[in-house]
Amino acid sequence: MDLTLNDYLLVSGLLFAIGFAGVLLRRNIIIIFMCLEMMLNAANLTLVAFSRFHLQNGLPNYNGQMLVFFIITVAAAEVAVGLAVIVALYRLRQTTHVEDISTLKF
Amino acid sequence: MVPIFFWLFAALTLGFAVAVVVNRNPVASALSLVMSFVGLAALFVLLNAYFLFVIQILVYAGAVMVLFLFIIMLLDLKAEERRKFNTAAVIGGLAVTAAFVAELVAVIDAVPFGAKTFPIIRDNIYDVQNVGRLLFSGYNLPFQVVGVLLLVATIGVVVLSKRELK
Repeated sequence: MDLTLNDYLLVSGLLFAIGFAGVLLRRNIIIIFMCLEMMLNAANLTLVAFSRFHLQNGLPNYNGQMLVFFIITVAAAEVAVGLAVIVALYRLRQTTHVEDISTLKF
Repeated sequence: MVPIFFWLFAALTLGFAVAVVVNRNPVASALSLVMSFVGLAALFVLLNAYFLFVIQILVYAGAVMVLFLFIIMLLDLKAEERRKFNTAAVIGGLAVTAAFVAELVAVIDAVPFGAKTFPIIRDNIYDVQNVGRLLFSGYNLPFQVVGVLLLVATIGVVVLSKRELK
């Protein structure tokens, strides 16, 4: 039995759901940040699957893979800045626990 | 398309992804995430995206996760001690996730051509050549903009970590 597009979409969707659950359930900022990366990667898998599914002149549609390339680049920049913010926050408050950072809480 | 490998690497990716969320120790979480990204990169190979496979391993499993581990060790995070468990928040989070998965399954069932198998590629794929040609012709401007973005991010990180926060 060959693989269908739905198989890839399901795996990608489940990966996104796991990352989503992690963002909602965990209280450690660094873990939340890792789960965000996981969600970005789930989107990448969907893009690559569609790129392979819709052939263009007998080749994968490379426009989708370009988008993945840019997502990876921007995500790398995002991780660098985000972790710098977390370090600055840690120096200020000595915590990475989101419930200890409640200045903006209503 | 090799179904056995697909299911193997899909299980690897999803299993380690669950381990990231479940582990109490941040270092164990980060290492699980590395394995999850490696599994995902293997899925890229099965989709003939060889260039993205290499980038995924180098940038994500390599650079990004090293940065994560470096910060975890810099902050000297221990395994979380058990805090008082906020039951309502956990139940709420799980309920929202379950609703999300249910909606996802419904949407995937409705994808019009989703049940079709992947078309077969007969020719050899010169993947890196194709990606490079498109990147430097059609996507030249975004490519340069991304270069500026990385520069700005670098400067931002240096400023953030140098300034004395009071």
